[in-house]
Amino acid sequence: MNKLFVESSPHIRSAWTTQKIMLNVIIALCPALIMSTYIFGIKALLLTIICCASCVLLEFLFNKITKREDTIYDLSAVVTGMLLAFNLPVDLPVYMAIIGCFVAIIIVKCLFGGIGQNFANPAITARIVLMMSFAGSMTKWTAPFSWKEGVDATVSATPLAADTLPPLTDMFFGFRAGCLGETCIAALLLGGLYLIFTGLVRPTTPVCFIGTVAVLSFFYGGCDVNFMLYQLMSGGLVLGAFFMATDYATTPLTTKGKIIFGVGCGLITFAIRQFASMPEGVSFSILVMNCLTPLIDRFTAPKALGAVKPKKEGKQ
Amino acid sequence: MSYLKEFTKGLVKENPTLVTLLGMCPTLAITTMASNAIGMGAAATFVLICSNVAISLLKKFIPKQVRLPSYIVVIAGFVTLISLILQAFVPAVYDALGIYLPLITVNCIILGRAEMFASKNNVAASALDGAGMGIGFTLALLAVGSIREIFGSGTWFGLPLIPEAAQEAIKPMTIFVLPAGGFFVLGCVIALVNKIANRKPPEATGCAACPNRESCISVEKTEKNLKNTEKEDNK
Repeated sequence: MNKLFVESSPHIRSAWTTQKIMLNVIIALCPALIMSTYIFGIKALLLTIICCASCVLLEFLFNKITKREDTIYDLSAVVTGMLLAFNLPVDLPVYMAIIGCFVAIIIVKCLFGGIGQNFANPAITARIVLMMSFAGSMTKWTAPFSWKEGVDATVSATPLAADTLPPLTDMFFGFRAGCLGETCIAALLLGGLYLIFTGLVRPTTPVCFIGTVAVLSFFYGGCDVNFMLYQLMSGGLVLGAFFMATDYATTPLTTKGKIIFGVGCGLITFAIRQFASMPEGVSFSILVMNCLTPLIDRFTAPKALGAVKPKKEGKQ
Repeated sequence: MSYLKEFTKGLVKENPTLVTLLGMCPTLAITTMASNAIGMGAAATFVLICSNVAISLLKKFIPKQVRLPSYIVVIAGFVTLISLILQAFVPAVYDALGIYLPLITVNCIILGRAEMFASKNNVAASALDGAGMGIGFTLALLAVGSIREIFGSGTWFGLPLIPEAAQEAIKPMTIFVLPAGGFFVLGCVIALVNKIANRKPPEATGCAACPNRESCISVEKTEKNLKNTEKEDNK
């Protein structure tokens, strides 16, 4: 028997499978989920479970109907569902959340060919579609701990649009109004650091993203550290930077590309927050940079060893 | 030549909006409401039939070098006519269509049919072609406009579809009325028509099945190239 045979590349295989990676992302998201359940009540957990379940179900049905390979066991739909739920206000009507799941899974992910083929982050796109469609419900914020007092849907403004700001420690631990998963900076940082230390995510993009917003708001606010810290901890900046600007399929591959991506996201976020009519720009910045990713990848592609530039045609 | 075929081909098989993808600007801009779609479609159909007839009659007199400006002059004349009629008798439609009414002049469906069909065929066939294409355009606008109005505003031809009791709970998706929703709905309708007409991707069919082949430059080029190579082979 001939035991020597030549396989096509890749020859080095990693022990990481998609399922393992996604499981670790879910673990990294858990602290923020626990904190948001603590802050916004059991409704937060329920909305997250509904989003995850409908994402998985929709992907299963799509694959079944179009006779494709069943991909729900790679857990990517669960991650999409969790991230989408984290981007929604707690009191959003359930049918709107399910429409969001449909946009994320069917339109953004499956129609483009499933996992790894989508050009934009499903959760971000779904959030933007919901934001454009149901602006009223998507900006109806629930005050933290209103579930303890038994008051239903106390409306309060997100710190980006509010007149009086909560103290910085409350901002850090997430005791403020906002989307379900974006408020608790401490838990998000914990999850983000977990991803960085397991090597699943390079710190380049989050550092560039948050750093750009920090530097710009520091100077824009007249060298005011307080203003800068509020800018960093309000809105979905930390959630977006660690969990959505680091998506493998929709962000650049090279380190140089990741730096451009992060800085671009930071610039757009800052510009939208300070100069546009919307209070928050993280999701738009990530979507715009997602669209630019193929270009960034093309211009930052590493040169092959010993490669010679091909001569232009006609000049012989 | 079957006259019926000249009429029916514009409805689905060579639908100007959904198959040859002409006239995208009015399709995306005015389809936020189904009633706009009817108004725009009717106006464009009128201009299309009249300009097709006029250009078919004049085809012998128009010098080839200045044919496009001549077509535009004929089309602009009919557009002025229809916009004055609309302004006088149906001012509501006139206001709703706004700038897009004079812009019918540069609607590429009308110029396209003049160049591709009316300048090469007799009057009756051109009139039927114009009517078919115009009705095809109207149907496409009506389909896109209905979907966008129903999902985006919860109404159809201005009639509310959501019962008053449920208006608090069920809200229409505003994105369908926005430009992004327009592109999305148009894409879905095109996909659906492709599925119904069982159209294959261009690589599978080649230039022979393309509705634009008569005016396409690359077809002429490839055919010329083929002939040239044949000649060389013969030599």
